[in-house]
Amino acid sequence: MDVALSVRDLRAYYLTSHFGVEREVRAVDDITLSVEKKEIYGIAGESSCGKSTFIRTIAAAIRPPLRVLGGSIRYSFLDRDLYDLDERALTEMRWKHLSCILQGSMNVLNPVRRVRESFKDFASPHMGLARSVFFDAVKAHLNRLRLSPTVLSAFPHELSGGMRQRVAIALATVCRPEFIIADEPTTALDVVVQKDVLALILEMQREIGSSMIFVTHDLTVHANISNRLGIMYAGRLVEEGSTRDILRDPMHPYTRHLIASLPRIGDVTPKKGLSGAPPSLADPPSGCRFHPRCPLAMDICRQAHPELTALAPGRRVACYAVSPLVQPAHEAAAARKATKADKSAAFLQ
Amino acid sequence: MKEWPRASLLGAEIEFASMRTYARYFLRRLGQFVFVVFVGINIVFFVTHATPVDPVEQAISSATQFGHSDPRAVEIMRKALRELYGLDGTILQQYVRFWTRLATGDFGPSLSAFPTPVSVLIRQSLPWTVGLLFTSTLIAWGVGNSLGGLAGYYRKNRLLKAVGIAATGLQPIPSYIMSLVVLILFGYIWPILPISGGFQMNVSPDLSIPFVSSVIMHSILPVLSLVLITIGAWFVGMRSLVSNIVTEDYVVYAELAGVNRRRILTSYIMRNALTPQLTGLALSLGAIFNGAIITEFVFGYPGLGTLLVRGVNSGDYSLVLGIASISIVAVATAVFVIDLLYPLLDPRVKVE
Amino acid sequence: MLRVFRDLFRYNREFAAGTILVLIVLSLVVASFFSPYPPQDSYVVPPDVPPCWAYPLGTNSRGQDVFWQLTVAIRNSLLFGIAVAFLSRIISLAIGLVSGYTGGLVDRVLMSINDTFVVIPQFPILTLFYFMMHDHMSWTLLALAMASLGWPYDARLIRSVALSLRNREFTAQSVFSGMSTRQILLEEHLPYVLPIVFSTTMNNINWSIGLEVTLSVIGFTNIETPTIGTMIYWANQHTAMVAGIWWWVVAPVATVIMTFIGLFLLSVSMNEFIDPRSRLARMGV
Repeated sequence: MDVALSVRDLRAYYLTSHFGVEREVRAVDDITLSVEKKEIYGIAGESSCGKSTFIRTIAAAIRPPLRVLGGSIRYSFLDRDLYDLDERALTEMRWKHLSCILQGSMNVLNPVRRVRESFKDFASPHMGLARSVFFDAVKAHLNRLRLSPTVLSAFPHELSGGMRQRVAIALATVCRPEFIIADEPTTALDVVVQKDVLALILEMQREIGSSMIFVTHDLTVHANISNRLGIMYAGRLVEEGSTRDILRDPMHPYTRHLIASLPRIGDVTPKKGLSGAPPSLADPPSGCRFHPRCPLAMDICRQAHPELTALAPGRRVACYAVSPLVQPAHEAAAARKATKADKSAAFLQ
Repeated sequence: MKEWPRASLLGAEIEFASMRTYARYFLRRLGQFVFVVFVGINIVFFVTHATPVDPVEQAISSATQFGHSDPRAVEIMRKALRELYGLDGTILQQYVRFWTRLATGDFGPSLSAFPTPVSVLIRQSLPWTVGLLFTSTLIAWGVGNSLGGLAGYYRKNRLLKAVGIAATGLQPIPSYIMSLVVLILFGYIWPILPISGGFQMNVSPDLSIPFVSSVIMHSILPVLSLVLITIGAWFVGMRSLVSNIVTEDYVVYAELAGVNRRRILTSYIMRNALTPQLTGLALSLGAIFNGAIITEFVFGYPGLGTLLVRGVNSGDYSLVLGIASISIVAVATAVFVIDLLYPLLDPRVKVE
Repeated sequence: MLRVFRDLFRYNREFAAGTILVLIVLSLVVASFFSPYPPQDSYVVPPDVPPCWAYPLGTNSRGQDVFWQLTVAIRNSLLFGIAVAFLSRIISLAIGLVSGYTGGLVDRVLMSINDTFVVIPQFPILTLFYFMMHDHMSWTLLALAMASLGWPYDARLIRSVALSLRNREFTAQSVFSGMSTRQILLEEHLPYVLPIVFSTTMNNINWSIGLEVTLSVIGFTNIETPTIGTMIYWANQHTAMVAGIWWWVVAPVATVIMTFIGLFLLSVSMNEFIDPRSRLARMGV
């Protein structure tokens, strides 16, 4: 399979200083993952686990105090790392190759301008069409999304929530980008509209044939849309696998908890909450960040962070309790370095 | 998936809904306008009638303080003044007459420029004040907001930072002090501009080039003072508005889409910051008006401010009363006009 | 408290500059108590002496030492500003808290009146007030008149805070525990609102000193009370600028500008300090 996006050891922190109090919030810590072409990669985790920061980082939408401190982000349509692009190349790439559907699409459209203007600003520089042809194309596209062309002359506040979300999807897909990042696009919608919108996103993604990262805390949504799933906890990826595998056989205790807390028809056993709150990313726990809330916590969990280890084809987990193959991250890194050094030494000889 | 029934109807529906909300908005604003005038005029009535001093007696005592007067003549004078000031009859009659006078714009003759009616004096000075206010507010609001917007967007720009410090320093300086500083600077230290009056006395006031240029030259310093007084607040306000708006979803989204930077700054950020700044303008018109009439007094500009001070110093009750009332009506009207402009900038007309 | 002050001073340039300016002004106020002669007396020193060692800010045409006169003038002006701010704060607190907490019709009526007071130009009304009072005009009366015009901006601010407090859980709890409205407002809500009131006080002091200066300079107050405004008034009466006695005008103008900027900077930094966003960032949540 071709890889559409490959992220390696990505680290992005918020660095702030207020009245002499300096803080470092480790919102994204050492994340490595790859998204294949035409795949929908889901990312799940509770609020403030770093999902949105991760999204912002791979969309090159960071601004201080958020900073990328390390790692690489490579898209198949770029010839170099995302953060090696200059301003112009970035602008060129946006929307043509990489577009986004954001959380709270209620507010992604400029409230004081008509929808038409947004289409013009967003899409027309990338499509390079004459004005009338451009709007014909936009109207055709709206039609595919079952939107009347009259929405173009409406102001955002004149549209219902569901319609606004459709407009946002139309806006994100009108340039037929290779990669789409969707950040909680259905969260603020009511359940019925949610279903329609999901179907629409799937339909568009299939038609255009783009790859997608789909972020939501809602596992039932993932069950319906994502091919593969990455579970994030406190800024780190703790488990990854095909959606089916993860939902059927969760391995990481945190994933297990997430899935156990899903409501099931006919299930009358009381739901158990997880003790404690998600850790502060400004001062994360030592070792595995989940250990203070983990029922399986051992000594080593407190000392060193577990490496996200491939335990089966397409299945990675970062938990010592799951398999003895899981090593502390720093040892794994040292081992990797050693093999690399061996190889390069062999090469030199 | 089903067709959305609303979509086809949308156009007509929107037109109708926005017409109706606009009408409701208009009525609410009109109500507020009437209320402001009502309360303001009542304050004026209260100030003139609840204070222990009788303006008639005051005028008489200042007229008779030099030398002895015939008591009969004084009595006639008293009666005439009472009638002139609308201070005869019961308090209720006075109240009704007070409103009638305001409604007809007839405040009686001025005592200091007898028998010219107060309304004529006000009509002569009002254009000067309005011109001064309009020009300076337009410049201060326009320049302050533009620079403030740029400063909020380009936070690291050295020049804009310096402007920011200057604006912060200017913001709290009250009108009188600012005018005085400008007067000292350009009247004594670097005397290049006329510091008093509205135009040169030896130029005949008609639409000729010398007259117009004289008017412009004379207005530079008052306008400059007024601009300096208000520009800091617009600058600082706009800068903080913009630094909040840059984190709004629609700005982040436009940046993600690689929309042209300048377009983002103008159509997405500044455009959205303008609406609260327009509300701010409506709210601070009263204060700006205060500043204008004080500045007029400092520069001897022939507007309402100078007229007001002259009225006080010559004990002209009708004139002072007239100016106070007209000021309230004028400011309320200006606020009303701005309120009506508001929906042009923001399509989401507020209906509660 | 002391730590907060130290941190603010060290890390917030506005606060540091504001504090220094206000301290300079305050030291003038303190100095006023050591004036070698009553500040009202004229012809106690040779007139029209430019600034020199004996008279650091020179003397004026009425034979007064500008420096000592200035110390008393700034003391009276500051006192005036504080008095107006204090009185108008009481009004804005009462209106803001009641309006925000009660809501409904009361809120609508009070806010309509509030917005009216925001819009109405105060200067002509104060002038009219002076015109009616003339010789009866006093420091206290002017302070009262200005306090009754200077409350609406902050009343609206306080109302918006009170409105958000009303929907918090602790308010409901107080209601259930049988506290009266007055008790809830005074004991539960007032402490939340006070920091905001504190920062707006600075601006209100500025506003009232500014208006007082203006009214005094035109001669619309009791011109015998030495304030910054009356000082400039007497200088103008003696056409000090034309006569070249610039120090008589420049000294009060510079002092009052220092006061304005100092208080304003304090209010700005205070605002930033109580802003919940910056507060969260400091607490390290």
